[in-house]
Amino acid sequence: MLLQVENIHKRYGTAEVLKGVSLNVVAGQSKVIMGPSGTGKSTLLRCINHLTPPDQGRVLVEGVEITSANLNKMREKLAFVFQDFNLFTHLRAVDNVAVGPRKIRGMNKVAARDLAMRELERVGMVERAEAYPAELSGGQQQRVSIARALAMEPKVILFDEPTSALDPELTGEVVAVMKQLASDGMTMLVVSHEIGFARQAADEIIFMDGGHILEQGPPEQLFASPQHERTRQFLSRIGEGGAGA
Amino acid sequence: MIVEILITQMPYLLHGVWVALQLLVCLLALGFVLGLSLAILEVYGHWTLRWFGVLFERIFRGIPAIVLLLLFYYGVADFVDISAFTAAVLALGLRSAAYQSQIFRGSILSISHGQMLAARAMGMSKPMAIREIILPQALRLSIGPWTNEFSSEMKATSLAYVIGVVELTRQARYIISSTQGNILAVFAVVAALYFIFNWLGNWGLYRLERKLAVPGFEQGGQG
Repeated sequence: MLLQVENIHKRYGTAEVLKGVSLNVVAGQSKVIMGPSGTGKSTLLRCINHLTPPDQGRVLVEGVEITSANLNKMREKLAFVFQDFNLFTHLRAVDNVAVGPRKIRGMNKVAARDLAMRELERVGMVERAEAYPAELSGGQQQRVSIARALAMEPKVILFDEPTSALDPELTGEVVAVMKQLASDGMTMLVVSHEIGFARQAADEIIFMDGGHILEQGPPEQLFASPQHERTRQFLSRIGEGGAGA
Repeated sequence: MIVEILITQMPYLLHGVWVALQLLVCLLALGFVLGLSLAILEVYGHWTLRWFGVLFERIFRGIPAIVLLLLFYYGVADFVDISAFTAAVLALGLRSAAYQSQIFRGSILSISHGQMLAARAMGMSKPMAIREIILPQALRLSIGPWTNEFSSEMKATSLAYVIGVVELTRQARYIISSTQGNILAVFAVVAALYFIFNWLGNWGLYRLERKLAVPGFEQGGQG
C-alpha cells in the first residue's frame, strides 16, 4: 500500500470537519474524491500532507508514518497541487520547477534545470519556460505547478480542486495533462468535480459527505448505481448519475 | 573672498561628506541586518520573541535621535571606551533597525500565504521557505519604502555633530568659526552637498528597484 490514511479527525472550534476518514491508495492508482462543498474534502487533502495537522489519525507513505520529525522528508513524497496554483511569483516558470530539486534535493544548477525542462515538456510548457507566472494564463500556471510537483519525483500527487479556478476552456488543458499522468502510472489523489477526468482516468471515486466517506467504488459503478440517496442527489446536481450515466 | 574661502575649504567639506557617508553605510547596514531579523521574528517567531521585537521597536522609535546620540555617547562611554563615531553608528543604527523592521514586516505580511504553503508543501523547512521564497519577494517590495529610510537617515547623520563626529555639518561649523562668519554661504553649500548626496542615493535605489522588478510584481499602479 503506497498511501494509507487512517482515521483522520479534524475539528475547527466546535465544528468537526473530518469525523474519522480512512482510505488507501495503491501505487499507480488514481482516486477522485467528490462530494458537496463544506464536506471536508480539501481539509482531508491538507491533513494528508499535514499542511493542516490532523487532530487524530495517521498517514503512512510506503509504510512510514508522517511525524513532525520526518515531515519535510515525507512531504517530498507527497506533492501537492493547489486550486490557486501558488506559483512562486518572483521565479520564471523553469525556476519554479527547478527550485525544489535544487534547494531541497540538492541537485546542481544544470541538472535541476535539465530536469525542470523535461517536466515542463511533459505538461507542454517548454515554450513558456522563461515566462514569469503573471505572464501566464491560469491553465498554463496550473500546468507549470504540476511540473513543479513532478520535479520532486513524488510517490503521490495530491490535487486540491486543480481546475476550480479555471474557465472551461482552460480546464481542458489541465485535465488533459492529468489524464496523461494517470495513464503514465502516476499515483494520484484528486479532489475535483471534473467528471471527464473521473470517468476516464480514475480507478475509484470516493464520495464524501458531512466529514465521512459515504461510499466508494469504480466510476462506472458509482455513477450508474450509487448506493446512497445523498450520492444520487449530488450526482444529479452536477449533471451526472441516474439513467444518463 | 567668499568664493575663495569655499574653494580652499572644499576639501574639508568633502571629507565631511566622506565621514557622513561612512556613518550612513554603517548605520544602515546595522539597521538592515537587525531590522530584517526583527521583522522575521515578529512575523514568524514565538510570542516571546515577538514581544521583544515590539518592545525594541517602540523604544527606539519613541526617543528623538539627538537624545539617543547623547545617551549612547555619554551613557555607554562611561562603561565602555567607544568613539563618537561608534556611538553614532549604534544610536542611529539601532533606531534605524526599529524603522526598517516595520518596512520589512509590512512587506513580508503582504506576500500571499499561498507562497509559504506551496513552499512547505514541497518539503521546504520554514527557514528555507523564508529565505528562498518569502524574502526575495518581500525585499523587492521593500525598496520603495526603504528609499524613505535612506533619505531620513542620511539627513540624521548631521545630528552626529552634537557628539563630536566630524561629519559635514561639523566641518561647516569649523569653517564658519575659523573664517568669521559666512554662515549663509557655507550652509548653502552644505545644503547642496546633502541634496546631491541624497539625490544620487535615491536615483541608485530606484534603478535597483527597476532592475529587480518582476512582471506582475512591479511597484505602483497598473492599467
